[in-house]
Amino acid sequence: MGANGEAHIRVQGLTMAFGSFVLMHDLTFAVARGEVFVIMGGSGSGKSTLLRHMIGLLEPAAGEIFYGTQSFTRAGEEERARMLRRFGVLYQSGALFSSMTLLENVSLPLGEYTDLGAEEIREVAALKLALVGLRGFEGYYPSQISGGMQKRAGLARAIALDPEVLFFDEPSAGLDPISSRRLDELILELRDSLGATVVVVTHELASIFTIADNGVLLDAESRTLIASGSPRVLREQSQDPRVRAFLTRGEEGGSDGARTEHG
Amino acid sequence: MVSERGTVTVSAGGAGISCVHLAGPWRLRGGQPAPDEVERALGGATSRVTFDARELAGWDSALVTFLAQLLERCQRRGLTVDQSGLPAGVQRLLALAAAVPEKQGARATASRPSFVVRVGMVTLSAAAEGRAFLAFLGEAVLSLGRFVTARARYRRVDLLLELQEAGARALPIVTLISFLIGLIMAFVGAVSLQQFGAGIYVANMVAVAMSREMGAMMTAIIMAGRTGSAYAAQLGTMNVSQEIDALATMGIPPMDFLVLPRMLALSIMMPLLCIYSDFIGIIGGGMVATGMLDLSVTQYWEQTKGAITVTDFTTGVGKSAVFGILVALSGCLEGIRAGRSASAVGDAATAAVVSAIVYIIVADGIFAVIFHVLGI
Repeated sequence: MGANGEAHIRVQGLTMAFGSFVLMHDLTFAVARGEVFVIMGGSGSGKSTLLRHMIGLLEPAAGEIFYGTQSFTRAGEEERARMLRRFGVLYQSGALFSSMTLLENVSLPLGEYTDLGAEEIREVAALKLALVGLRGFEGYYPSQISGGMQKRAGLARAIALDPEVLFFDEPSAGLDPISSRRLDELILELRDSLGATVVVVTHELASIFTIADNGVLLDAESRTLIASGSPRVLREQSQDPRVRAFLTRGEEGGSDGARTEHG
Repeated sequence: MVSERGTVTVSAGGAGISCVHLAGPWRLRGGQPAPDEVERALGGATSRVTFDARELAGWDSALVTFLAQLLERCQRRGLTVDQSGLPAGVQRLLALAAAVPEKQGARATASRPSFVVRVGMVTLSAAAEGRAFLAFLGEAVLSLGRFVTARARYRRVDLLLELQEAGARALPIVTLISFLIGLIMAFVGAVSLQQFGAGIYVANMVAVAMSREMGAMMTAIIMAGRTGSAYAAQLGTMNVSQEIDALATMGIPPMDFLVLPRMLALSIMMPLLCIYSDFIGIIGGGMVATGMLDLSVTQYWEQTKGAITVTDFTTGVGKSAVFGILVALSGCLEGIRAGRSASAVGDAATAAVVSAIVYIIVADGIFAVIFHVLGI
């Protein structure tokens, strides 16, 4: 389903645990290069935790994560830092550094990892802000702009180094439907223009059906993934009532669907 | 007959059927009867419960809570309950409350562990606390090593801002406290020393106490409350808003970027503040000496110069540099470890101040022993 079907990210037998509490076990899936991959699930099912494992903020209790043919889990510190440099992450709240202007936020990774001069960095950062529709806001501090703008600025920082993999944690959380839709379009646009692989954590159905090529659905009750594939195909063809319930907002596939939200 | 409070009566019908009569206004404001009485009134012969709500004058959650408890008791006794006599809204709410079964294991167990268990847990958590501080200290030393070899990743502007914040901006409060400390010490000393006609020695007392102990100690405690807590709150909030995660995934060590500038700022500014505090304290003492003991400014100043040695002065300043690092480390450590909620950030700020003050006092004690052994 991806651009050329080659697996870019492979998660193999991943178990996520906090101490003795196992949140999810035996997660195995692959993300093809250049596709938009969604991690779906009800609230509290561990979607964001899975993302935090994939970007190295949490260590797996068991299992391994590969980028290309390289193991991320077993990589040494230097190697991992090199791999991280090819990632861009948009956190749920934008996670902009509150003591820096938008331009300084976007400039930070550029200053760290490129040999550009100060003036060139400024220009590249301004271009990235313009790409997300924030031309003219370079000198603003994060607290001076709206939540939707903070997210877009966070995205500008995430794409500062032209990443190969872009991660989004609940991109539409806290956005109105129109801003949310514009962000979805931006995600698709960036995927096409940067050729990046995109991994999105979300439970927003409208967004899922707009952007996703492929995905997995996590279930809090059985503590593992219960479906993988294109969400549109899953909605039509899945035999599992839990999957159908999630993808149809609980209108199909048994009353249990509404209840997974409480898990 | 509408009373202020809702009432409930039970009448026994034939064939094991009991009818629960609800009357009057069932409002939360009026209070409610206990379901125990009704359960007792149902007696042993009852197998089926019905309701009569015709005299009910109004209801809210009071009635629903009462009935939910009653239904649970009936269920436990295996009674069949016919809810058809209840208002439709009450029936729907009862059905809604019973729709999702209680999640097993979700209820927090409130059992209080025994004394031995609690002592054990406190000991283990104290040990873990100590280990966390040592690990953090180790990372800080590594980060300092990277700074010395110019490989640390931090923004120079951050360091300058922190220097300003921990230095110039702290002057007013340091001035006030140091002046008052010098004043108070001189006053207390003057009362005793005057009796022996040795009032002039107030200058020695203030000078030695300020330069060896009080200057370093008071600035450290002021900075723990002022700057250490600010560090904990800043870093804790950055943790809540995932800024620290963002740094980590950008491959920038938070230790270099956030902790190092703060640690450097405090360890540079604290000795300077300490020197300043020493002088202000001596001036405070001079106020008492000239005002109360009728000493001249020159007498006081000459006596002070004769009283302190360079060693007195440098031990105080040296200690304050260490205190600065301790304040910065405890503030940053508590901030980075803070949980992801508003109350956790508050707890972190409190813990930062408390632990910084404890570290300062302990370190001061260790210094006292070392200086004693070395004969300084």
